[in-house]
Amino acid sequence: MSATLNPITIPAEERLRHPLVQFFLDGLREVTTGSPKYHIWMASLTLLMCLGAYAYSIQLREGLTVTGMHDHVSWGFYISNFTFLVGMAAAAVILVMPTYVLKDHDFKKAVLVGEALAVAALIMALSFVVADMGGPDRLWHVIPMIGVFNWPASMLTWDILVLNGYLVLNLLIPFYLLYSRYMGREPDKRIYVPAVLLSILWAVSVHLVTAFLYAGLPARPFWNSALLGPRFLATAFTAGPAMMILVLRQLRKHTDIDVAQATIDKLATVTTVGAQICLIMLASELFVEFYRDTHHGLGARYLFFGLDGHTRLVPWIWTSIAMSVTATAILSVHPLRQTDRWLKFACTLLFLGILIEKGLGTIIPGFIPEPWGRIDEYAPTWVELCVTLGIWAMGTFVFTILTKAAIPVELGNLKYRRR
Amino acid sequence: MSEFNPNPSGLHQILNRQVDRRTAVATAAGALVAGLGLLQTACSPLAAAESKEKAQLNWEAFFQGNYRLMTHKEKDETVHRLERLHALNTGNQVRIGTTAAKEGVLYGYAFNISKCRGYMDCVKACIAENNQDRKSDMRYIRIHEHNKGQMSFEAAEDSFYHEVPAAGHFYMGTQCFHCQNPPCTQVCPTQATWLEPDGLVVVDYNWCIGCRYCIAACPYDARRFNWGDPQVPEEEVNPNQHYLGNRLRRKGVVEKCTFCIQRSRDGKNPACVEACPTGSRTFGNLLDPDSDLRWILKNKKVFRLKEDLGTEPKFWYYMD
Repeated sequence: MSATLNPITIPAEERLRHPLVQFFLDGLREVTTGSPKYHIWMASLTLLMCLGAYAYSIQLREGLTVTGMHDHVSWGFYISNFTFLVGMAAAAVILVMPTYVLKDHDFKKAVLVGEALAVAALIMALSFVVADMGGPDRLWHVIPMIGVFNWPASMLTWDILVLNGYLVLNLLIPFYLLYSRYMGREPDKRIYVPAVLLSILWAVSVHLVTAFLYAGLPARPFWNSALLGPRFLATAFTAGPAMMILVLRQLRKHTDIDVAQATIDKLATVTTVGAQICLIMLASELFVEFYRDTHHGLGARYLFFGLDGHTRLVPWIWTSIAMSVTATAILSVHPLRQTDRWLKFACTLLFLGILIEKGLGTIIPGFIPEPWGRIDEYAPTWVELCVTLGIWAMGTFVFTILTKAAIPVELGNLKYRRR
Repeated sequence: MSEFNPNPSGLHQILNRQVDRRTAVATAAGALVAGLGLLQTACSPLAAAESKEKAQLNWEAFFQGNYRLMTHKEKDETVHRLERLHALNTGNQVRIGTTAAKEGVLYGYAFNISKCRGYMDCVKACIAENNQDRKSDMRYIRIHEHNKGQMSFEAAEDSFYHEVPAAGHFYMGTQCFHCQNPPCTQVCPTQATWLEPDGLVVVDYNWCIGCRYCIAACPYDARRFNWGDPQVPEEEVNPNQHYLGNRLRRKGVVEKCTFCIQRSRDGKNPACVEACPTGSRTFGNLLDPDSDLRWILKNKKVFRLKEDLGTEPKFWYYMD
């Protein structure tokens, strides 16, 4: 606290500046300076965000009629992306748990990256929900105490609680650790270990609650399955680490951060096991839906084989399955997984495969056919695609500034100095 | 309903608890509007007092609470505001009712499959009565043309363009079944939709945030969303309205059949029942042992759709 500083030896101007303020100012300076490459990167992201904002302004003016959604497919690309990103956020736990609980120091360098990824994913997920609202100006109606919060009946209110809670946890924990490092102090385990344990439980709950949002609807047999929650977790804990491997490789190339090969190897193992479990769950689902053809399986029939000549999603889902199967096969062979090039290839395939599966193959078939059997297909419009692109750019932007500021602090290059 | 949590809420309702704070906010809001108005007047001397009033009313409407939690006085103020806004916007008068549910009333509906011939007069009457968006051709009622020999909705057709009744077919209407255990109201994050004591499932269009979770939860395709600005030609607007019924909606909110709450609570039949030329449709009070509806339930072999979902629809089908 500034009150503890000696008022005689420190100039008045500096005395007023709290180290916390200095921390954020240093962070700000860090994210606004960089190589030309960095500036081009940030400018491109900003351009994409502007494109997204422009598309969203059209949506605000005209209403959701500018999207491809209609009364029979009433959730589309936005909610699909939201679902995928909640999984990405939950996957941060893959790095957090070994570091703080199992004391695996290989992961320590990477853990802040994981938490930044969680924050970026959560901000994107929440933005997608806001983008999907018919009345974003009336969102205050759902704020507890001010509006009417239908808790515990509505799973959406649970989701609002767990997502925002998880966001706060993932901001506070890295902040505390980084700030301690910035001040040259050893972080107090009694403070952060319980918070970390809480965040691990929380990570599982965010994705499970998101799954319950859909699984709790008997009106939609495609979602109304006990496997939906576990399958969400399995895909998240596969796509998440796969993404982390790709990001860490990039960071190793472009920044000073030293990511141990052991970290990548361990993440690769997690990804492999996750991918194998995903395939088992896929097989289980396919068996139940198709061994006996029932009306409850019509959504799955539409997705995998098409229904009455409507086949819009069929090529996508089989592409996704082909990608996942190929990636799992590559990862399951030890020499291939340990080869950097193959690992990168497999992780990219797996990430894209799961993105397609979650992005197109999870939400949309829940609505097709509609409750009385009519088939009205859905395809996102350019407005939806641009808003989606803009939100992804925003998430990437957030992730970039968080890691850009965190890395020098973590490496000890950026410390609090009394000038 | 027991699920309802009677916490007084909504910014307005919160403010209501402490009169001094409420007055303070109202004064601040008034001052802001007056200030804006002054600025506007300064900029264009011809600006009408009406636009100032409109701004004030829209400002107040933005902060209105959940209808179900309003006091009688607040409900009256709310509908007067809406009536005045409509008059300012169009120059026409509408009457927005707030008639509450009566004791001893639980509405239900019966549909005679043997009689319906697919004329669609019910659909037309419904659209006209309930001020539904003409641009998107919004319909609360769907008439399904079934092939004789099977009752498969998957095989049925709900958009047919030929003379009816078509040979080899029979007809079945679906709409909101006003479930006594509705999945749609349970999922609403803001309690903007609920089951009224007389069994009607209604929506507060001003409180709905447009998340469409209720549409996903409904197993009967009963709910409709205003994807764009709803359009009803001014001369076709039905001026006899109810706050929870056919008053004009805006874009971004969910709406649905209310068994014509603006008519039924005044003791009339819904528009679809009145319009049906074949007598397929019967509306009535389930708690009145002398109602036609009760006679049908007692004397006909009735059934409901998707009973396995436990939604307890108050909409029965039967055959002669």
